Amino acid sequence: MFVRGLKRKCFDGEEDIEGTLAGIKAIPSYNLQRQSLLDMSLVKLQLCHMLVEPNLCRSVLIANTVRQIQEEMTQDGTWQMINTQSTGQASVDRLVSTDILCRSSREQAEGKHVPGYSTFSKDFEGDQAQDSSETMSTASSVQPPRNLPSNVWEMENPQENKGNFQKSLDQIFETLENKTPNSVEDLFSEVDNSYYDLDTMLTGMMSNTKMGHCDGLESFSSPTTTTSSSNCKSDLNELDHIVEILVES
Amino acid sequence: FPGAGGGNDIQWCFSQVKGAVDDDVAEADIISTVEFNHSGELLATGDKGGRVVIFQQEQENKTQSHSRGEYNVYSTFQSHEPEFDYLKSLEIEEKINKIRWLPQKNAAQFLLSTNDKTIKLWKISERDKRPEGYNLKEEDGRYRDPTTVTTLRVPVFRPMDLMVEASPRRIFANAHTYHINSISINSDYETYLSADDLRINLWHLEITDRSFNIVDIKPANMEELTEVITAAEFHPNSCNTFVYSSSKGTIRLCDMRASALCDRHSKLFEEPEDPSNRSFFSEIISSISDVKFSHSGRYMMTRDYLSVKIWDLNMENRPVETYQVHEYLRSKLCSLYENDCIFDKFECCWNGSDSIVMTGSYNNFFRMFDRNTKRDITLEASRENNKPRTVLKPRKVCASGKRKKDEISVDSLDFNKKILHTAWHPKENIIAVATTNNLYIFQDKMN
Repeated sequence: MFVRGLKRKCFDGEEDIEGTLAGIKAIPSYNLQRQSLLDMSLVKLQLCHMLVEPNLCRSVLIANTVRQIQEEMTQDGTWQMINTQSTGQASVDRLVSTDILCRSSREQAEGKHVPGYSTFSKDFEGDQAQDSSETMSTASSVQPPRNLPSNVWEMENPQENKGNFQKSLDQIFETLENKTPNSVEDLFSEVDNSYYDLDTMLTGMMSNTKMGHCDGLESFSSPTTTTSSSNCKSDLNELDHIVEILVES
Repeated sequence: FPGAGGGNDIQWCFSQVKGAVDDDVAEADIISTVEFNHSGELLATGDKGGRVVIFQQEQENKTQSHSRGEYNVYSTFQSHEPEFDYLKSLEIEEKINKIRWLPQKNAAQFLLSTNDKTIKLWKISERDKRPEGYNLKEEDGRYRDPTTVTTLRVPVFRPMDLMVEASPRRIFANAHTYHINSISINSDYETYLSADDLRINLWHLEITDRSFNIVDIKPANMEELTEVITAAEFHPNSCNTFVYSSSKGTIRLCDMRASALCDRHSKLFEEPEDPSNRSFFSEIISSISDVKFSHSGRYMMTRDYLSVKIWDLNMENRPVETYQVHEYLRSKLCSLYENDCIFDKFECCWNGSDSIVMTGSYNNFFRMFDRNTKRDITLEASRENNKPRTVLKPRKVCASGKRKKDEISVDSLDFNKKILHTAWHPKENIIAVATTNNLYIFQDKMN
């Protein structure tokens, strides 16, 4: 397993060493940034469905992004990390300045050892049938993610689709569950499976995004409970609203 | 060609602005397409409310040699209405996605306008005389009592105030399951294509109840869908050739003589990815939002999120020229993904001689790239520059570091002010630039 170092935050040309040191606690790790991108993308896909008729091009592009993230996360075995991510305080505003994700893989190589994405996806495609034994200890073959809702594209019946999407979104997270390597299954025996219910997933998502960004280090060591800030509340209200709509359909 | 001689850069001046002055933009007034006709005398705009407004250039005033004719409203009509698809319980937007002019064959003008689902052929004709002097009818149309008619006269045509009428001559409907993004008239002037996210259809202008499907990329299993069609255009000279672009940054050139269904391309244009620039957003920013052939037909231009690329039709493996529109946005892609700006579809256009290309950006900026001098310029469409014959001041965005005076920093850019649609007069240095709800017309400074 890779030892993941913390990414240096990309400042706008002004290197503030003190700021860097002081900010190390506040720097979101690459994994957490990536997770928040995944969460953001899933919310976007979901919101697509609430539109009268979704923009197919946009949906396809977002879905492809989700696939890419899932593939990479599968490759480096970080699916398991999802469950160990615990709560802490973080502002959703952190989502806005996620420079790390925008940095090229060359820049990232300077900061830490990360194999290029292109290599990964090629390996992934090529080794579908085989185990990628360095990263996954499970014997089951890694399937290319087919867990995106098919009904994202078909708008034959939007009412039906909303229900289907809910199921499909559940499927996504079931698949996430399935990808957990056996060897660390014990760690998750205490994990509440209701995490994968839509409601909890959504509220969980918001907590996840909030927590990860400031306290990257801390989140890996000790789980703490979410304390809601005023930021959290308004966003949670929004998500509650979304959940309401989905549940109603 | 004016301006091309002597290697002088064009000096752009504000000419006119059309549209409401209000900052409060009515949704229906959002301009969704801009297109000059083949002579450049007419300029059409379509908006989100389904209306088409056509401007006509005034005849050049011999006494006013320092400016070309102004564009004034010639005709306004409601092209598309909002519809409701009862089968799918979905509203069909009336927004005009594209307008394409037919070349003029007689006194009337014809254009195609399309929304997401339906294409319409409109005839725009002038009426400047009317018959007067009927025997059996009064001037107001009431019938006269025949017993009061004592003499006979021959009705004559008398001049009247010019009236411009637009009438729908053909309605091409029910051929697209997905949203139409492009229409393109063939060089045979008899057929045209319409493209949606997954299919391209070929129509005959005279026939509305049939169209031929020439491209279909819909997978059997929609779960496998990873790529959509984003734009399509016929070659300006070869009536058998067309291209279509995709959300994965590829362009396929197809020859209709090869087979009825052009699913297999004749050429595939794709630039290999730069591995050093790879990120999760690479695919999204490679998605092509517009493709336009040069007037000569030798080149084509594509617009993706950050750049404009010129392709030689004889070279498939990479573009011959690449111009960065707003490279300073590359480090902001995550924010632009979050606020959905990364999905904005910018168009691009050629000037009449194919020497300069133009495209829009944010903050009401638009950019021009001179292919010969390799110089580029950034200008702004704003009411603050609205003194006619005052040369527009070039703008500069400061990507990082110390901001010089007159520069604007990336963080100050207004991402709600986007210029998606621009058009260049086919013969003159006159450009039409659409901001959200205003249409700006700029001209080069004539001496």
